[in-house]
Amino acid sequence: MHLLKHQWSRLARTAWANRQEIIKAGLGRRDLFKMGLLTSAGYLVAKRGLSTRAAYADDDDNVCSSPPTRAFYDLLPTPRDGTMKIQTPTTLTPTPTAAPNTAAGEGRKITHQAFTQFAPQKFYAVTQRAGYVSVSPDLPLQTLWGFAIGTPTENKPIDVPGPVYVAHYGEPILVRNFNQLPAQDKNGGFGLPSVSTHLHNGHTPSESDGNPCDFFERGYFYDQHYPNVLAGVLSDHQAPPGVDPATGGDINEAMSTLWYHDHRVDFTSQNVYKGLAGFYLLFNDHDTSDENTGFHLPSFPAYDIPMMFADKCFDSSGKLFFDLFNLDGILGDKFTVNGKIQPVLHVSPRRYRFRWLDAGPSRFYQFFLTDLTNLSAHNLFWQISSDGNLLPKPIRVESVRLSVAERADVIIDFAPFAGKTLYLENRLKQDDGRGPTDHEIRSAGQGNLVLKIIVDGPTVADHSQDPATITKFYDLPSTAVTPRVKRTFVFSDSGGGWQINERFFACNDIRFTVQENSVEQWTLINDGGEWEHPIHIHFEEFQTLSINGRAPATSPLVQTGRKDVLRLEADASATLFFRFRDFTGKYPMHCHNTIHEDHAMMLRFDIAPIGDTRQSP
Amino acid sequence: MPTITRRTYLALSALAPVAAGLLARESRSEDISSRDVIRNRYFPNLVLMTHEGRQVRFYDDLIKDKIVTINFMYTQCEDGRCPVTTANLVRVQKLLGSRVGRDIFMYSFTLAPEHDTPTVLKRYAKAYGVGPGWTFVTGSPRDMEVLRRKLGFVWANPVRDAKRSSHTGNLRYGNEPLQLWSACPAMAKPEWIAESISWVDWPKTTAAKPG
Repeated sequence: MHLLKHQWSRLARTAWANRQEIIKAGLGRRDLFKMGLLTSAGYLVAKRGLSTRAAYADDDDNVCSSPPTRAFYDLLPTPRDGTMKIQTPTTLTPTPTAAPNTAAGEGRKITHQAFTQFAPQKFYAVTQRAGYVSVSPDLPLQTLWGFAIGTPTENKPIDVPGPVYVAHYGEPILVRNFNQLPAQDKNGGFGLPSVSTHLHNGHTPSESDGNPCDFFERGYFYDQHYPNVLAGVLSDHQAPPGVDPATGGDINEAMSTLWYHDHRVDFTSQNVYKGLAGFYLLFNDHDTSDENTGFHLPSFPAYDIPMMFADKCFDSSGKLFFDLFNLDGILGDKFTVNGKIQPVLHVSPRRYRFRWLDAGPSRFYQFFLTDLTNLSAHNLFWQISSDGNLLPKPIRVESVRLSVAERADVIIDFAPFAGKTLYLENRLKQDDGRGPTDHEIRSAGQGNLVLKIIVDGPTVADHSQDPATITKFYDLPSTAVTPRVKRTFVFSDSGGGWQINERFFACNDIRFTVQENSVEQWTLINDGGEWEHPIHIHFEEFQTLSINGRAPATSPLVQTGRKDVLRLEADASATLFFRFRDFTGKYPMHCHNTIHEDHAMMLRFDIAPIGDTRQSP
Repeated sequence: MPTITRRTYLALSALAPVAAGLLARESRSEDISSRDVIRNRYFPNLVLMTHEGRQVRFYDDLIKDKIVTINFMYTQCEDGRCPVTTANLVRVQKLLGSRVGRDIFMYSFTLAPEHDTPTVLKRYAKAYGVGPGWTFVTGSPRDMEVLRRKLGFVWANPVRDAKRSSHTGNLRYGNEPLQLWSACPAMAKPEWIAESISWVDWPKTTAAKPG
C-alpha cells in the first residue's frame, strides 16, 4: 500500500506546486483558460493536478477531475457471488411472433427471417429503465440507465452492467426488450430514451442484431431473436473442414464472450456511458462452462468472471458527467469494473478465467498483473481468446491490450500467489480521447490500478486444464480462397465529422451489398496520423491477412485469431478476410470509439442474394 | 457530496482569488439541476452581435428554451468548405420549413470575427438565400474563441486546433430544455440532418406508449 500513498501524495504535491505557480504568475481566469489551449503533456498533467482539489474541469474542455474516491472498498460484482445477476428464462405474453406484433406495442418493423428455422427454445424479458446505483461509497447514488430482469410490471431493480445471458450453441433464444426509460426531459443531462440493443458480435439476423437504425421508442418493446448458431449453418459455401455435425455450422467459428450494448444512432456513446451494456456468454460442447468436460476451462460462474472496464467522469457534486460536446473522444479519471470504482476481488489459489471487455467510450488499456511488493516481477498469464473467439491455442503473455469493444479471455493461475495481493494495472498512457499517447507503457506501479485481487480464498480443487498443456482449441479456417471482391475503406476526419471513404453515415444509404455466401477481402486504411480507430464490423468475424503489409504473425499475436474489432492504429492499414453467410439484411461497420461512431464514422452495408463489386464504396 | 473541508476551502481561498472563484462555483454546484450543469459548462451568456446588428446574449437569447443547430464558419473560408456547408444548411432550412424561427433556430458563428462584422455576415447570408430564423453571429475575438471552446469545436492537437478550417465540418444540434444534444457532419445529406434534428424534437404524443 506504500506505493498508493506515494501516488496520492505525489499528485497532491503536483497540485500544490501548480497552484503556487499560478499565484506567483498572478494569472486570472482568462489566463488559466488560455492555458487550456496548451496541450503539451506537462500542462495537461499540471492542470489535472490543480483541479484535483480546486475545481472541476471549469474552463477546460478536455480534462476530467472527479471528486476523490476510496480505492478497493467495494467488492467486484460477479455472477459467482450473485452480485452480477444471471438472466433467467420466463414465459412471454403475448407469445412472440415472426411478424412484428404492432398491436401489442412492439417497436420492431421487420419480420424475423429465421424464426421457424431456429425456433426459440428459451424466452427472456428485460426492461430498460432508470434506477439508483452505487458506484463508490464516496459518491452519491447515481441515476443510471440499466437493464432490469423481467417485464415492466415485474418492476425489478436495474442492473448496471445488465444481467449476464448464459446461452448455448444449438439453443435459440428470444429476448423481449422493453423500453421504459424516462421521458426526454428527464434524462438527467444526457442520454436519449430511444434504443437499439446490439448483441456484439452475435451471428444474428439483421432485424435482431440491434442495428443503429432499428431503434424503438419508450413505451414499446422489441423481440430480439438470437439463433445461437455457428457461422455457415445455412451456407452452401465451401465449408472448411470442421463442420459441426450437430448444427451444420463451422465449429472453428464458435464464439465465447459477447456483450450487448445500446447502439442508437448518434446517441450510442451517451446511452452506453449511462449504463446500457452487459455480457452475453455463449457455450458449446467444448467450451462447456464445466471444467470437468470439453476444453476443461475454469467453471462458470465459480471460476469464470466477466469484467467490464469503463472509465467515467463525475462532476463536483459527484454525479456522473458526460462531455456532450467533444469530438476527439472522452476519457474518465475513475476506473470502473462491473460498475464499481476500483473494486476488490477475492480468489482462491487456483486457475480462473477472466473475461475482459473494454466498454469505452474512448479509452485503450494494456493490462498487467502487478504485485506492488515486487515490482520487478513479470507475472505471466494466458490469453485464450481475442474478442469473442478462442485463439487456436493459449498464448502466454505478460499483458493484454484492449481497445474499445475488444475482449480478451485470460486464464490466470493464482496458486503461486497464495496469500498475496495483486492488482490489475493499466499501464498504457493516454492523455486524450484520440488514442494512447505515443504507445507509452508506464513502469510497474505507475499505471491505473483498476482491480485489487486478494488471493485469500480457501484452497479448492482445480479440475481445469493447465493452459500450457492445451495444444488446440479450434483451427483457423482457411483463407486460401479467392475473394469475390476486394474493397478499400479509408477512415478520415473532415474538420468535425468522421468519414469512411469521404462519406458520412445515413441510415438509408446502402454503401455496398455483399453477396450472401461469398468471400470478401477488405483493406482498412487510417488516413489520420492522430487517431486510433477500433473498427468493428457486425455479423461476421474477420481474419487479418496483413497489417501494414506484413503478415499478422509479425504484429501482436492476438491479430492472428478471428476478431470482430480491428485496432487501426494511426496511419496504419490492415487487410481482412471475411466469409459472409446465412442471413441477409443491413449491418454497419463503424469506429467503436463511440464518440467517433456518433459523429458519423460508420457505414451501412447490406447482405443480399446478389451483391455488387464496388471497390471503394 | 462535499469534496473539500471548510478548512481546506479557507486555506485555498487565502491563496488566490482565482482559486476562490473556482471553489465558490464548486460549493454552489451541489444541488443544481443537470440543465444548469450543462448551461454552466457549455453556454456562457456572452454578449454577441447578429448579422442583423442586434445585440444578443448567447444563452438567454439564442439557446434557452429552443431547439438549435450550431456550426462555425467564416466568410473567407480558404478551402471552400464553408460555402458548400452554408448551401447545404440552406437546404436543411428549407426542409424544416416554417418551424425555423418559431421553435427551431439555426446559428452560424464566425471563426474570423475581426473580419466578419454584422455587415459582412448580412451580405453573406443574403448571398446564400438564408431565411429568417437562421442567425449569423459575431463578437469580440476573445468571446468567439471562448464560445468555440465551450461548444467543443476543439481538437486536442494544437496545430489542428489553431487552423480555422478544422472547425467548419461539424453541426451540433440540440434541445436546450430537454437536455438532448448530439452532432452530425454539417455536410451530411440535408434529409439526414433534418431527421437527426427530429430526434431531439419535443415529445410527440405518439412517441411514448404505456407499457
